[in-house]
Amino acid sequence: MVRFKTFGVIFILFTAIIFFSQSCEHKNSAALPETVSYNFDVRPILSDKCYACHGPDANKRQAGLRLDIPEVAYKTLKDNPNAHVLVPGSPEQSELYIRISSKDTSEIMPPPSCGLTLTEPQIEILKKWISQGAKYEKHWAFSPPKQVALPQVSDQKWVKNEIDYFILNKLDQKGLKPNEEADKERLLKRICLDITGLPPSIELMDKFLNDASPNAYEKTVDELLQNPAYGEKMAVHWMDIARYADSHGYQDDNYRSQWPWRDWVIHAFNNNLPYDQFITWQLAGDLIPNATKEQLLATGFNRNHKITEEGGVIEEEYRVEYVTDRTNTFGRALIGVTLECAHCHDHKYDPFSQKEYYQMYAFFNSVQERGLESTVGGPETYAKRPMIQIKNEDVKGVLSFVNKQDTDKLIVSVMGDSNKMRPTYILNRGAYDQHGDSVEPSTPKAILALNNYPKNRFGLAEWLFDKNNPLTARVFINQLWQEVFGRGIVKTASDFGMQGELPSHPDLLDWLSVDFMNHGWDIKYMMKKMLMSATYRQSAVASTEKIKADPENIFLSRGPRFRVQAEFVRDIVLSSSGLLVKKIGGPSVKIYQPPGLWEAATSGRGILTEYKQDHGDSLYRRGLYTFIKRTLAPPSMMIFDASNRDQCEVKRSRTNTPLQALIMLNDPTVMEASRVLAEKILAEKISDEEKIIKAFRLIVCRKPSDKEIKILKDYYSDQLETFKTNKQNAEKVLSVGEYPLSPKTDKVTAAAMMQVITTIYNLEETITKS
Amino acid sequence: MEKEIIETSLGINRRRFLSRLSLGLGSVALGSLLIPDLFRGSAEDEAASIMSGLPHFAPKAKRVIYLFQNGAPSQLESFDFKPKLREMVGQDLPESVRMGQRLTGMTSGQKHFPLAGSIYDFKQYGQSQAWISELFPHTAKVVDDICIIKSMYTEAINHDPALTFFQTGAQQGNRPSFGSWMSYGLGSENKNLPAFCVLLSRGKGNGQGVYSKLWSNGFLDSIHQGVQFSSGESPVLYLNDHSGIDKTTRRKMLDKLAEMNDISYKEFGDPEIQTKIQQYEMAYRMQTAMPDITDVSKEPDDIVKMYGPDCLLPGTYAANCLLARKLSESGVRFVQLYHQGWDQHDNLPKEIVGQTKDVDQPSAALITDLKQRGLLDETLVIWGGEFGRTNYSQGKLTKTNYGRDHHPRCFSIWMAGGGVKSGIVHGETDDFGYNIIKDPVHVHDFHATCLHLLGLNHEKLTFKSQGRRYRLTDLSGKVVNGIIA
Repeated sequence: MVRFKTFGVIFILFTAIIFFSQSCEHKNSAALPETVSYNFDVRPILSDKCYACHGPDANKRQAGLRLDIPEVAYKTLKDNPNAHVLVPGSPEQSELYIRISSKDTSEIMPPPSCGLTLTEPQIEILKKWISQGAKYEKHWAFSPPKQVALPQVSDQKWVKNEIDYFILNKLDQKGLKPNEEADKERLLKRICLDITGLPPSIELMDKFLNDASPNAYEKTVDELLQNPAYGEKMAVHWMDIARYADSHGYQDDNYRSQWPWRDWVIHAFNNNLPYDQFITWQLAGDLIPNATKEQLLATGFNRNHKITEEGGVIEEEYRVEYVTDRTNTFGRALIGVTLECAHCHDHKYDPFSQKEYYQMYAFFNSVQERGLESTVGGPETYAKRPMIQIKNEDVKGVLSFVNKQDTDKLIVSVMGDSNKMRPTYILNRGAYDQHGDSVEPSTPKAILALNNYPKNRFGLAEWLFDKNNPLTARVFINQLWQEVFGRGIVKTASDFGMQGELPSHPDLLDWLSVDFMNHGWDIKYMMKKMLMSATYRQSAVASTEKIKADPENIFLSRGPRFRVQAEFVRDIVLSSSGLLVKKIGGPSVKIYQPPGLWEAATSGRGILTEYKQDHGDSLYRRGLYTFIKRTLAPPSMMIFDASNRDQCEVKRSRTNTPLQALIMLNDPTVMEASRVLAEKILAEKISDEEKIIKAFRLIVCRKPSDKEIKILKDYYSDQLETFKTNKQNAEKVLSVGEYPLSPKTDKVTAAAMMQVITTIYNLEETITKS
Repeated sequence: MEKEIIETSLGINRRRFLSRLSLGLGSVALGSLLIPDLFRGSAEDEAASIMSGLPHFAPKAKRVIYLFQNGAPSQLESFDFKPKLREMVGQDLPESVRMGQRLTGMTSGQKHFPLAGSIYDFKQYGQSQAWISELFPHTAKVVDDICIIKSMYTEAINHDPALTFFQTGAQQGNRPSFGSWMSYGLGSENKNLPAFCVLLSRGKGNGQGVYSKLWSNGFLDSIHQGVQFSSGESPVLYLNDHSGIDKTTRRKMLDKLAEMNDISYKEFGDPEIQTKIQQYEMAYRMQTAMPDITDVSKEPDDIVKMYGPDCLLPGTYAANCLLARKLSESGVRFVQLYHQGWDQHDNLPKEIVGQTKDVDQPSAALITDLKQRGLLDETLVIWGGEFGRTNYSQGKLTKTNYGRDHHPRCFSIWMAGGGVKSGIVHGETDDFGYNIIKDPVHVHDFHATCLHLLGLNHEKLTFKSQGRRYRLTDLSGKVVNGIIA
């Protein structure tokens, strides 16, 4: 009976949903665009609903019809020479329109069996497009970014730099007005988090608040960009891209010592290595004439993928897997296309053939590596050939940025090709042992032909930075934008193809991309450009009208506001409490973690079978140094949506869950920080109110309002009472964490203040860029 | 008029979708919609999934308990009786039977493949007269409640890809796990508990490890991640308040917190702040509900006896079976167990005894327990590993000892409850126990069937990521009608 009852309710719900969605569609059909654009209006519909059977994949093509190429779509139908799919100007004569608007289930397209349907407004758009001549355009992302003029705006005074012209122009069109500038405290927290990933100190807050000079903001941005914490902040995103981890992955998942590569990334960002070099070194550092050891180390990028140590595997199956991973990572991270879709067959949506996939694959196929180099073993297995050894003299010289603290042998997996190129074959259905035709290294023609560049990874890097490459600059600019504004100009940051989302501000993306190239791929310059814009500096207040008009803040009529990433949740807690150990680089650290997790899931082989938590300084390092064992990544990070580094990840999800609440309430890291900060603040000779204000400023990075002060003061008095009547509880509460408790501490006051501070840590605003 | 407007018409933002519903319908409907929603995060694409009409048809099963036997138990010592192997013991596996099957690196170097019959006896049980080995006496007693599938097969021959295939529908790649798909498709039945819980245990046999990617949400929202329980004091990570903080103290803090977060909401108007306030309340409710569920001390003696004394030892398979029943009974959509230690490359006769001792009684008890509570009909229970084992010995074959390598072409699992035909045996293998001769069931077929029992069409439960609509069953899979009641 229960089941039927639920069903009834669900039925009612869906009736309601249908009603809502219909009313919604009706509204939209009234607002068809003046001129229907193929790229922005039509192609998304065709790609999503039609290309799977009438698109680039030759094997799945039905009735010989493809709609992605105009020459074919204008032709007569194969099985009906009198009918044309598209008759420009007359939808009624176009088979396409006839079929999609048909009521006959044997005729209608898409066929009901495939589960896809077109909505009324979609049909209307296709009709209007045909009426207006059914004109095709090249996919926007496959033409090089254009030099665009700055658009007209309604309010010149609001504009601070070029970005703002594009944003305000769009806001004008949408009938939205930008917010005013955020207050100084919030602005400071925002830039500190975006540049360094750390909250500002009280000294910095006071200095900035008291600096009335017109360029106070710019000065602070410049100073922060020089702070070495910048490199650490930037490295987090790049470690996701590069699927960096401290273990090999797969079933045994033993230790790997790849962290010097991560130290290099931090160093490269801090040195502001231009993006073209940053990538060239990582892709092809080993192929640069007279390569330095630093350039070799950079190539660790392409060896961060998982490597098996499972005895009994078929080696070639895994070697192919590694090459595939590199190819797919290249596609997603550097050119923002889903190459991987052409691994088993021609791409169903984008103009990449399976052959082209294996031509890209061929660049990465000559590494002198084995599918299974060794099973779980000692330190000699912590990297896999090809590898470099980092000696103590290297650390004194060219690799001075590697934080090597001992004299042990340190090995890192890097790239290195065999002298003889390994032949590459198309793998039928992607199966490692199903060789098809052999292919040579090359690049997808729809993007840009390889032309005369060398057919190796160095040539591939040159191709990437050819000024006619349509994707490289756009893809990276979009990733930076995503970091700063929380959402890329192209929302699907790793898919600029036909199935990806269209840019919200295509001209802005082009303008920034061209500017980036013209400024020598200067990353800090670009970061500064975004942070200096009026768009960025807006307050994040969202009026009801704005939430209604633009719930996702796509058009940026308000400043960005979102929860910081997992690593920075940790950084905020450690930094504000004063516990943070500001050491850069070195081996990753094992932080507090609930017991038994590794032990319950291990194969029993290797040095990572038991979780041996670190002590002392290692407990207080920044989030990016947290040890990542792939098969059991740290739960306090995973619950905040960190990457498990299984694969290249360009965009993290951003959830808001009860488990996150439990971490902020009960993770020893947060509790210990509360205790230590409570002790520190109580030792100061200031009033209770001033103590609370100070704690609040350190954590939330602004002064509390009177109302907030009152709530916290009342709470403090209340907790004092609570712990006075139960001193044992006070002692228990204070017993958290390994940081020593000062014997001078009064336990009741410390426990009460600790509760106040834990509450402040749990505020939504604390871990939010606001 | 840009693309965004079209977008809006297709997938209404979740939040607005909910608020519209609350306007349009009474509180009853809102409440029941919110139940699946409570454990969701705030990704925008969710509405689309709700809107596409899930479940697709009347489900037979509401919940799943998956007893995964990690490492691959031998079908030849459990449910697939092959007297011929005993007759031909020591003789080489004929090439006409092997037919080019690829071998793992562990036996590909072997010159001979001596056939090895089970040294354990089999008897027939129940209405189907199913053959069950003497190692599974308790399972034999519930044979009329289960459906034995002897014709499972897979494509992978190594643990990691095979496990990943069973749990995510693909051998490689970071795809969502079976349980995550359930959480995504059906949500949680209990507003105080996660929809997908994971319980681990390990036997004494050769182990192969498990990995959190097996219960990963992949490209789905991380709210659909399996919540791994630990066997320690706090089964749900970070659930327990630190000592010295009692319920009243916690409640008071949450009240202050809500008050202050609300100030922020008034200032910023960001709906995420409201969600945050609700999630803290949810966490609190979870703290309240969980201890009762995980406390087995109040279980009556007959239950403890049924699962065996180990069920009082946290972290054992028996304890996890009992916990699985309690979680499932409380509305957890998908409880995933992993019991490690089934990888018997050598010393099979000895090691498998320990493994079966761990799992036989509690697995059967779970069936009986669910049945006596009237829950078996709506709970799908699955027992099985990631592949089978070879009919020939890996390493030296003696009268009392042998090992078995990985074998993908056939193996046995069983399913029970949740709309599965009970008391039947599905599929057959040849006399050598090497190839399937009747009713093969591929991993994709298995997933398609499970989804079907849950009221989901495996071709329609999709999620668009990286420009492609993904399914648990990837591109194939057929519902196995022969096992559906």
